[in-house]
Amino acid sequence: MPFELVVIGTSLGGLHALITVLDGLPTAFPLPLAIVQHRGAGMESGFGEVLQRHTSLMVVEAEDKETIAGGRVYLAPADYHLLVESDRTFALSTEGPVRYARPSIDVLFESAADVYGDKVAGVLLTGASADGARGAQRIKQRGGWLIVQDPATAESRVLPNAGLAAAQADEVVPLDRVAASLRQLAMVV
Amino acid sequence: MDNQEHHVEGGGGSPVAVDRCPARLSSFTLEEIEIDLLVEGVYRQYGFDFRNYARSSLRRRIQNAVRSERVETISALQERVLHDPGAFERFLLEVSVNVSAVFRDPPFFLAFRREVVPLLRTYPFIRIWQAGCSMGEEVYSLAILLEEENLYDRCRIYATDMNGAILRLAKAGIYPLEVMQKYTLNYIQAGGTRSFSEYYTAMYDHAILHPALQRNVLFSEHNLATDGPFNEFNVILCRNVMIYFNKQLQARVHGLFYDSLPPFGILGLGSGESLRFTACETGYEPLAGGERLYRRVR
Repeated sequence: MPFELVVIGTSLGGLHALITVLDGLPTAFPLPLAIVQHRGAGMESGFGEVLQRHTSLMVVEAEDKETIAGGRVYLAPADYHLLVESDRTFALSTEGPVRYARPSIDVLFESAADVYGDKVAGVLLTGASADGARGAQRIKQRGGWLIVQDPATAESRVLPNAGLAAAQADEVVPLDRVAASLRQLAMVV
Repeated sequence: MDNQEHHVEGGGGSPVAVDRCPARLSSFTLEEIEIDLLVEGVYRQYGFDFRNYARSSLRRRIQNAVRSERVETISALQERVLHDPGAFERFLLEVSVNVSAVFRDPPFFLAFRREVVPLLRTYPFIRIWQAGCSMGEEVYSLAILLEEENLYDRCRIYATDMNGAILRLAKAGIYPLEVMQKYTLNYIQAGGTRSFSEYYTAMYDHAILHPALQRNVLFSEHNLATDGPFNEFNVILCRNVMIYFNKQLQARVHGLFYDSLPPFGILGLGSGESLRFTACETGYEPLAGGERLYRRVR
């Protein structure tokens, strides 16, 4: 299998978009998915539970030093940056916000690109800030695969547009086709 | 250290379209070599050991240092840091993370009040180690909490950090006025029983925490990466510090804490941390309350 990790970044409108994507993935989806969703204070808890209702994959908040396992959905915990290490574990950081965001999509995508190279697929979904554009660029620079939600289908187009401006996406697909693209990457159709 | 294969820029079999942003980017492998050389040089020249820091976030902070020193490469940063002690001071600030807040993560302090304070009441004298105290935000949080529980005069808090310059700031207890609103909210959510404004004096655009809060605090330099145990403690708090260490260094520090706690001693970690992935897991049991508070059981 060519890919080993999927990273997903989204902010405004992300809950609905993530539900749509996870809904379309089979129980046997083999790749780990690491997700940064910008969350406001007070929205910390409950987010994972809502997602869990829409997928048979196990949804967990990533813990520091946790080994990244296939078929799991890892959420960046509130108020931490989420990064990946070369021994295929997660790392957390409380460094200051990047582009006003903690967790930041750029931070996850850049570390995933550095460590996984061409074995990572990045997905940018709806979002109201440009956090994620630099990360998308790094994924392309390191030879990874980039999927951007078609801005026309995004609740907020800022993030998809910023991603498309920063890097050449491999696929630009409407929201309801993102899961199909991921299934194809993981070779489960 | 791991022996994982590293991926080099441009390598790979995906059908990749032409890169729209061909900005120069060192290969990952070369950058790893440069980081190894930099941290080895810093260790041998200055004694600060970053060799077993978690690589991904260390890499980010080193890249930030490259930008803020306005040099082109990590090798150029190394040249400057090794030859110019002033540049090293800046480097030290850049690569150590000094972001926190008073009553950061209020549910933790609420659980401390409910679950740990009753245990502490049974001791005539209480020694607490705040390891990696940075600018002191959590030290003062603890002092306030213990004061309100009428325990503070039985306590001695040992607040340590590897960086002397940061410790001086911690000791000064001065924070920007604009964060007081956030701290006040944290204080309330953490179960504060008074008004947070009783603890500081506003002066121009800063707030000075009342010096009486540090009457039982001893600030001192201690490096978790290189120094050993120095006392026995009833409580050790080390929150969001070990996330910057790799597993090897994390194991060292957990050993250090375990050796510094008597049976029933309390260990407090950050909300994203746990003992789950460490060898010390069986030495502790979690306290009630669902926060990252543990008690040594064997």
